[in-house]
Amino acid sequence: MTGWFTAFIAINQRELIRFWHNRSRLLSALVRPLLWLLVFAVGFRSVLGISIMPPYETYILYQEYIVPGLCAMIVLFNSMQNSLSMVYDREMGSMKVLLMSPYPSSFLLFAKLFASAVLSLLQVLIFIALCFLVDVDIHFTGILWATPAIFMTAFFLGALGIILANFIKQLENFAGIMNFVIFPMFFMSSALYPLWKIRESSEWLYWICYYNPFTHGVELIRFALYQQINTSAFFVILGVTVIFSTFALLTFRGQKHA
Amino acid sequence: MPNIHVETLSHHYGAKPALHDIKLVIKPGFNVILGPNGAGKSTLFSLLTGILPTQTGRVLYEQDDIKTHRRTIMHRLGVVFQQPTLDLNLSVQQNLTYFGALHGIPQPNVMQQCAELLTAFGLVERLNDGTRSLNQGHRRRLEIIRALIHQPQYLLLDEATVGLDADTRQLVLNTLRDYVEANNVTLLWTTHLMDEVHMSDALTLLHKGRIKAQGNTQALLTQAQCHSVFDWYCALTQTVEAM
Repeated sequence: MTGWFTAFIAINQRELIRFWHNRSRLLSALVRPLLWLLVFAVGFRSVLGISIMPPYETYILYQEYIVPGLCAMIVLFNSMQNSLSMVYDREMGSMKVLLMSPYPSSFLLFAKLFASAVLSLLQVLIFIALCFLVDVDIHFTGILWATPAIFMTAFFLGALGIILANFIKQLENFAGIMNFVIFPMFFMSSALYPLWKIRESSEWLYWICYYNPFTHGVELIRFALYQQINTSAFFVILGVTVIFSTFALLTFRGQKHA
Repeated sequence: MPNIHVETLSHHYGAKPALHDIKLVIKPGFNVILGPNGAGKSTLFSLLTGILPTQTGRVLYEQDDIKTHRRTIMHRLGVVFQQPTLDLNLSVQQNLTYFGALHGIPQPNVMQQCAELLTAFGLVERLNDGTRSLNQGHRRRLEIIRALIHQPQYLLLDEATVGLDADTRQLVLNTLRDYVEANNVTLLWTTHLMDEVHMSDALTLLHKGRIKAQGNTQALLTQAQCHSVFDWYCALTQTVEAM
């Protein structure tokens, strides 16, 4: 059992070291949501008033509404960044080292997903800390509640990233991921606007947003930040995590032969 | 005996054949697979390491088939790929401990097991350096040390000296020959460089995906009445192409 633990820690440690070496990644991970919060949300706060809706018990500013979506955005970008790292590892050959390990692919995959989730969580916590500076009121207990929600969402998105990594044959193709996965997933969700508001404008867009699993990740985090559980979002994320992880495992095993 | 048995192994890339009916027993000691570029060495290597799935035939490590016992085989197998596989974001020591950990070996044990090899390969002073700062020769030495961390019974090296200067090549070969002798390891060395073959080595000539000859180098040369591996190679492949 010690050997498994040693391997698990090493995979996580490696990801943290790589992340630390690439500090600009942290900076860009924070600048992106901060721009949304400080520029976009401030600009639209008078236009986009949010009426009372769960989990909010009163009217809130748009800035406050957008924070859970931006937390999910950080997780989304970090997961896709990990997907990019896997493609890089495969191109550079270091993926072979992982595949030469005697431990099962499922275990190695779990360790990689866990590492990705830890990195996501770290970035989100730093972002939330910065949110306090612009008077976004999040209770400390809410952050504790949100931790497992962020972790779950990170696992689901991390698994999606691994699936994508197997289909991206070259680093150059990563731009396609931005256009066809990250942007549609983020914009067609409840990250920026509540679903009822989207429905007022477009019924079909509402249904796309509703069936987008990322929406449920956002809502899971949103409710958790206010110390509540969104049961339907929880089960959707649990379900897609299981499905995506299974596909990720199958494609990860396929990496051996890539 | 830690033998590797390759039984009637064939492989195709789509319609293009790469290996035909390879039968080989790789015994403890220094085994060389010699062949020009495109002979099928790397394909054979990938099949031996399980990186490629076997299509026809079997690869057995003693009794264990790579197809069904990959995990147990990996505990006993050290590999150096032709393509560099180091993580350039990690230091020399971190690369070693990371690989050791992937085999379940804690950091202090890794460093203990590597101490002698680090000295032999002249990397002791570079332990804390970033791998990115190492030259190609040092990187290759590091990969070889890394492959030995878990004290494997089998050691597979694919064109491990490509791009190295003459001194480094000699150092790598001599150190590995000593290691094989001292530890009774089964080592497979694929190369296209004829001067890397010793008279005492078990030699296999791979050409156009087929085995042309195999046996003890000295015996093969005597049998073919050739004075050098180069003459022998040319006689068997009926070519004088530069390798």
